[in-house]
Amino acid sequence: MAKIVNMKIDGITISVPEGTTVVDAAKKAGIDIPVFCYHPKMAPVGMCRQCLVELGRPMIDRATNQPVLEADGTPKIQFMPKLETACTNTASEGLVILTQTAKVKAAQKEVLELLLTSHPLDCPICDKGGECPLQNLTMEHGPDKSRFLFDEKQRSEKHVPLGDLIFLDRERCIQCARCIRFQDDIAGEPVLGFYDRGRRTDIVTFSDPGFDSVFSGNTTDICPVGALTTADFRFGARPWELKNAASVCSQCAVGCNITFNVRREAKTGGGYVIKRVLPRQNEQVNEIWMCDKGRFAGYHYAESGARLTISDAAEYDSTLARAAEALNAAQLDAVILAGGRLSNEDLFNLKQLAAGLGAQTYLYTGMGGGDYTAAYGLSEGSNLGDLGKGDTILVVASDLYNEAPVWHLRVKAAAKRGATVIVATGRATKLDEFAKSVIRYAYGAEIETVKGLAANEAVTNAANLVVFFGSDGLGLKGTSALAAACAELVKPRAGKVNNGLVGVWSTPNAQGAWELGFRPSSDLVAALKGKTVYVVAADPAGDDPQLADALKAATTVIAQDVLETATTKLASIVLPAATYTEREGTFTSAERRVQRFNPAVPAKPGTKADYAIFAAIAKKCGIMLEGRSPLLVMNNLAPREAAFANVTYAKLAEVGEQWPVVGRGDMYYGGTSYENTQGLGVHLTLSSVAPAAVATDNGFPNGELVAVPVTKLYDQGNTVRPAKLLDSHIGAASVTVHPSTGAKIGVENGGQPFDKAQGKALLSLNGVEAEVTVKFDETIPPNVILVYRSFGIPISEPTVATLTVAEKAGH
Amino acid sequence: MAYILLRHRDIPDIKNIEVYKQNGGFDGLKKAITTMQPAQVIDEVKASGLRGRGGAGFPTGVKWSFLPNTLWPHYVVANADESEPGTFKDREIMEGNPYQFLEGLAIACYAVGAKVGYAYLRGEFWQIADQLDQCIAEMEKAGVLGDNLFGTETSLRLYTHLGAGAYICGEETALLESLEGYRGQPRVRPPFPAVAGLYARPTVVNNVETLTNVPLIVDKGAAWHKTLGTEKSPGVKIFSLSGNVEKPGNYELPLGTPFRELIFTHGGGVPGGHKVKAIMPAGASSSIIRVDDTVADKVFDTAMDYESVPPLGSMLGSASVIIVDDTVSMDWLINKTVHFFKHESCGKCTPCRDGTYWMQHIIERIRENDDPTADVKLLKMVASQINGKCLCALGDFSTMAVSSAIERFPEDFQVKIKA
Repeated sequence: MAKIVNMKIDGITISVPEGTTVVDAAKKAGIDIPVFCYHPKMAPVGMCRQCLVELGRPMIDRATNQPVLEADGTPKIQFMPKLETACTNTASEGLVILTQTAKVKAAQKEVLELLLTSHPLDCPICDKGGECPLQNLTMEHGPDKSRFLFDEKQRSEKHVPLGDLIFLDRERCIQCARCIRFQDDIAGEPVLGFYDRGRRTDIVTFSDPGFDSVFSGNTTDICPVGALTTADFRFGARPWELKNAASVCSQCAVGCNITFNVRREAKTGGGYVIKRVLPRQNEQVNEIWMCDKGRFAGYHYAESGARLTISDAAEYDSTLARAAEALNAAQLDAVILAGGRLSNEDLFNLKQLAAGLGAQTYLYTGMGGGDYTAAYGLSEGSNLGDLGKGDTILVVASDLYNEAPVWHLRVKAAAKRGATVIVATGRATKLDEFAKSVIRYAYGAEIETVKGLAANEAVTNAANLVVFFGSDGLGLKGTSALAAACAELVKPRAGKVNNGLVGVWSTPNAQGAWELGFRPSSDLVAALKGKTVYVVAADPAGDDPQLADALKAATTVIAQDVLETATTKLASIVLPAATYTEREGTFTSAERRVQRFNPAVPAKPGTKADYAIFAAIAKKCGIMLEGRSPLLVMNNLAPREAAFANVTYAKLAEVGEQWPVVGRGDMYYGGTSYENTQGLGVHLTLSSVAPAAVATDNGFPNGELVAVPVTKLYDQGNTVRPAKLLDSHIGAASVTVHPSTGAKIGVENGGQPFDKAQGKALLSLNGVEAEVTVKFDETIPPNVILVYRSFGIPISEPTVATLTVAEKAGH
Repeated sequence: MAYILLRHRDIPDIKNIEVYKQNGGFDGLKKAITTMQPAQVIDEVKASGLRGRGGAGFPTGVKWSFLPNTLWPHYVVANADESEPGTFKDREIMEGNPYQFLEGLAIACYAVGAKVGYAYLRGEFWQIADQLDQCIAEMEKAGVLGDNLFGTETSLRLYTHLGAGAYICGEETALLESLEGYRGQPRVRPPFPAVAGLYARPTVVNNVETLTNVPLIVDKGAAWHKTLGTEKSPGVKIFSLSGNVEKPGNYELPLGTPFRELIFTHGGGVPGGHKVKAIMPAGASSSIIRVDDTVADKVFDTAMDYESVPPLGSMLGSASVIIVDDTVSMDWLINKTVHFFKHESCGKCTPCRDGTYWMQHIIERIRENDDPTADVKLLKMVASQINGKCLCALGDFSTMAVSSAIERFPEDFQVKIKA
C-alpha cells in the first residue's frame, strides 16, 4: 500500500495515497478539475492542458533539509512559476493546489478557446450533443464568444469509417488520444494511431480490416467529443431523448453491467425502442467497459422478424393448456431441456414444475463441470481487479478473447499489475502475449496438462489462484473431466477470497442453472427418444441433426423460445417467450455473482416471460407456482436453494462507493459509461456438496483428422446474426487447420498463419457435409481441424472427420 | 588561433581517421579509458565549466553526474537533430570533423558507464549519417570502439539513427521517443532523461557541439578549457551567423566575444549600407533584440555568453545569430517564424497545436489589412495563451519572436498609411 499523504486543494485538506494524480485527489474531495485527455483508467499524458492549476510545495531549506516556516509556524509554500497540469502531478505530503484562482480560471478559459478554434461547433447535428464533455466544460469554464474567425477553420473529413462499427469525424477530434491509449493500454490491440502532426494530426487505423478490435465501442464512450460514434447509434437519437434501463449483458457468462437507452418511436406506435447499449459501472465485473458483441449484437435479435408470438390471448392460453396437458399426461415420461439464457427465477420455477410432474430436467450445454464451479468457484468478495503481484491466473482450454472478451481485458490488466498469467491452450490465443508462460498442448492432452501443473510453483505458491477453464476443443465429456482436474488445483484454497474455479460458459446463466441443480445428460439422444420433451431456450435440432432426429422420435415436443429455431419448427406446441430486454430477472455470472436485469422495453405483444409461462403451465397441472414477478419468485427461491441464501432483490440493489466516479455530471472524467445506482449484485455462497466424481476420459477420439469445437466471438448464433452490422465480422463457415494438413489436401492459404482464406474444402463429420473456407494456423497440431461452433456445422464433441477439396460442380 | 571544434578548417583531411589520429585523435578517449575512472572524467568536465551548446547552457559535467548508479544500463544520446532556423553548426562539425564528435560521444559513454551511444540525426542528414556510419566502422577497425578498448574491460558501441524530419525531435524527450521508434512527441517531465530516458533507463542527451568539446577537455585538462571564454561561460562557441550580413557562416569564437566583432569584423557588416535593426541571437525561437541608434553601441558591445545576453531581453541559446536590417518589417519576420512553428508543432498540446494555427491566420491578416490594430492585440493575446502552457519549450518558442516583435517594434504593426 502506498503511503497516505496529506494535501490541500482549495483549502480543503485531504488524505490520499501518495502518487494519486491531483485530478483524482481533487475528485475525491469533490472538486472537479476539467480534463479532456486525462482518463482515470489510463496513465496521464498531459496533452490537452485543460487541467492547469497552481501547484505549490513546502519550501525546504537546503542547508538543514527542514521545511521553511512562515511567521505563524505553518510551512512556507513555494509555488511553481508556471501553471502545472493536475493530471501529471501527483499527491505528496504538504502539496498545495489552487484550482479557482484568477490565473487558473483564465488559463482554463484560454485553453478551451484554443480547443474550440479547431472544432466545427456542429453541436446541433452531433450525436454527442447533450452528453459532450467539450460542450459541458465550455459551458462551465469556457468563453461565451470566440475571437477566432469561423471561416478560417480548418475543414476536415466528417464521416470517416475507421472500421465498419466506428466512424470518425476528423473535425470534431481534439487529439486527446484517449482512443489510441485505450487500444494500446487497456484493450491491448494497438490498431489506432496519430498521423501527421500539428493541426493536421489525424486519428488513423492501421489494421486491416480497419479498427480491428472487439473493444472498439468503448472508445466512443471515452471520446470527450463527438469524433467517434458507433455505426449503430450515430444519427439514431439525441441523448436527452433517452431513458435508461439497467441490465446485464446476456451474450456471455461475464455478466457485464449495461444500460439500455430507449425512447418512444412512431414506427412502433409510440412504443419504447432500444437505441443503444452503454456499459454500466461495476468495478468488480466489467469496470466501465464492454465488448463489441454485447454492444452491437446485444439486443438486436429481440427486434428480429423471427420473433415468436401468439398475439391472441385466448390462443396463447389454449397453447399453454395443450402444453400442460401433454406434460401432465407424460408425468415421469416428460423430459425438460433448459438453456442457460433462462434467469434464475425461470429456472427455479421450471425446477418446481418438473418436480411437481416428476419430470426429468436436463441442462442443455456443451460444457460440463458446473458442479465443480458451484463447490470451488469464486467465493464472496472475489474481484479479478484485486489480483496482481504474487497472484496467479491460469487459463485452460479457453480463448477468453473470443469466449469472454471482458475477462480477457481483466486478466490482461491483472498481468499488467504483476499477476502471473499462465495460458494453456491447444492453439495460440490473444492472451498469450500477456501471459508469463504459455503451455501449448496437443488437443486431447488437456487433463494431463492440468495435472502437470499441480506441482507448478506459480500455482502452488500463488497468494491467490484463479483458474478459468473453457471448452476450446472440448465437448461435454472433456470439459467435465477438465473441470475436475482444475478443481484439484484450487481445492486447497476453497472458500478463500479471490481464489477459485471459473467456467467460461457460453450463456449468461449457465452457472445459475448448475447452482439450481440442472445437469446435462451424458446421452441426450437416448434421453429424448420416445419422451414428451419440453425444450426451453435451446435449439438442439438446429445444433445437431442427431438431436433433431431424436426430437422427431419424441412423443411430443413443446418448444419455448424467443426466436423461431429449427427446434420450434419441429415442435407441435410452441410457446413464445419474452426476451430478457422485455422483462426482469437475475442472472448468475460465471464469477457466481447474481445480478439483476430490468425491462428496457415492454414485452413484445404475444409473448410472456419464461417464469410466468412455467407458472401458468404449472397452474394448469395443479401445481401452484409464483408467476407474478421475479422478485416474488426469488423470495421463494432463496430459502430453498442454499447457494442463494443471501440473495434478495433488496441486496441485489445495494451499491457501494466505486472508483473512478463515472456517470452523473462527470462525463468529462470517466466517459459516458453509466454510474451504477441499481446494484452491484450479490455473490452466491459456495456449495458444501462435493461434486459427483466424473469419468477422467476426455472423449478425444482416435483418428487421422479430428474436428474439435472452438468458439468465435461473432458466430452465426440466433442472438448474433440479427445484428446486421456484424455481418462482415461473422463471415462464412470456416475451419482452421495446420498448414501441412492444408497442403496434404491441396488447399492453399498463402502459407502464412491467419491469412485470409483462399481455399474451400468439403468438411465431412457427424454425417454432414459442409463446404467450408479453410484457414491455416501453424500453432495447432496437424491432426486437428478447428470447427467453429454455431456456424451451421454440427460439432459438440471432438469428432473424427474428413476434409477434402470441394467439387466445384453444382455450385 | 587554432580551431578547437572546426579543426577541419586548419586540417582539411581530419575526417580521415589516420590524419585525425596524427593530430591527437582519440588521445582523450584513450586517456579517459586507460588512466581515469569514469567519475574522474565527469569531474574533469565539471571542472572545465563546459555548458550545453544546444541552447540551455546547462553544465555538462553536472548533467552527467545526475545518472543514478542504481539503474542500468545507461545511455548517451547525441542530439544531432539540428533543426532550428538559423542553426547550422552541428552539420559542419559532423561533416568536417566527425571523429572528434564521435570521440566526444564515446568519452561521454565511458564517463556515465554507457556501453552504447546513439547519434540521433535529423532525417535530412542522411548523407552525414552515412559518413558517420563509415567513421564508426573505421573506429571499430582501429580499435577505438568495440570490446576491450585499449586492453581494458571497457566495451563501447556507437550507432546513428535518422529521424523523420520533425523539428520537435530536437527536444530531448521527443528525440528519445523517436529513437525508441515511437511518434516523436515530448514526454511529461519529471521523470527527466537522467533518471528515465531511453527505454526508461538513465540517459544523457548532449548536443553535438557539446560533445565535440569533450576530447580536448579530457586530453588537455579542465584548466586549459577555462583559459578560453569567460569565467561563467568558458570555452569556444560556434556562432552561426545569418541574415542580412555580408559573410554569413559559422564562426568559432570564444564565448564572451561581443556582437560587434561577430557581425562586423567577421561577418563583414550589413550589405548595402543598411543598419542593423534587430538581432535574433538564438534562431527563430529568439526574442528579438531591438537595435536602434539609442542602444546600438550597448547591444554591439554586449558579450555573447550565457549571462550577458539575457539582460538584452533575449537568450544566447544555440548562438544562431540572425541579423535583421532596416529593410525588414517585423510583421514579415514573425510571419516567417509563425509559419515555421505552425508547420512544426507536433500537435500534442492544445495551445501550441491550435495556437500556432490561429497565430498564422492572424499574422496573415495583419499583413494584409491597412488597420491591423485589433488583430495585433489579438495576436499578442493568443501568444500569451500559448506561452507557459505547453508540455515542452517549443510552445513557448513559437511566441518569442511574436511577443517581442509586437512589444519592441510597435511601429511595424501600426495603421498603414497609403501614399
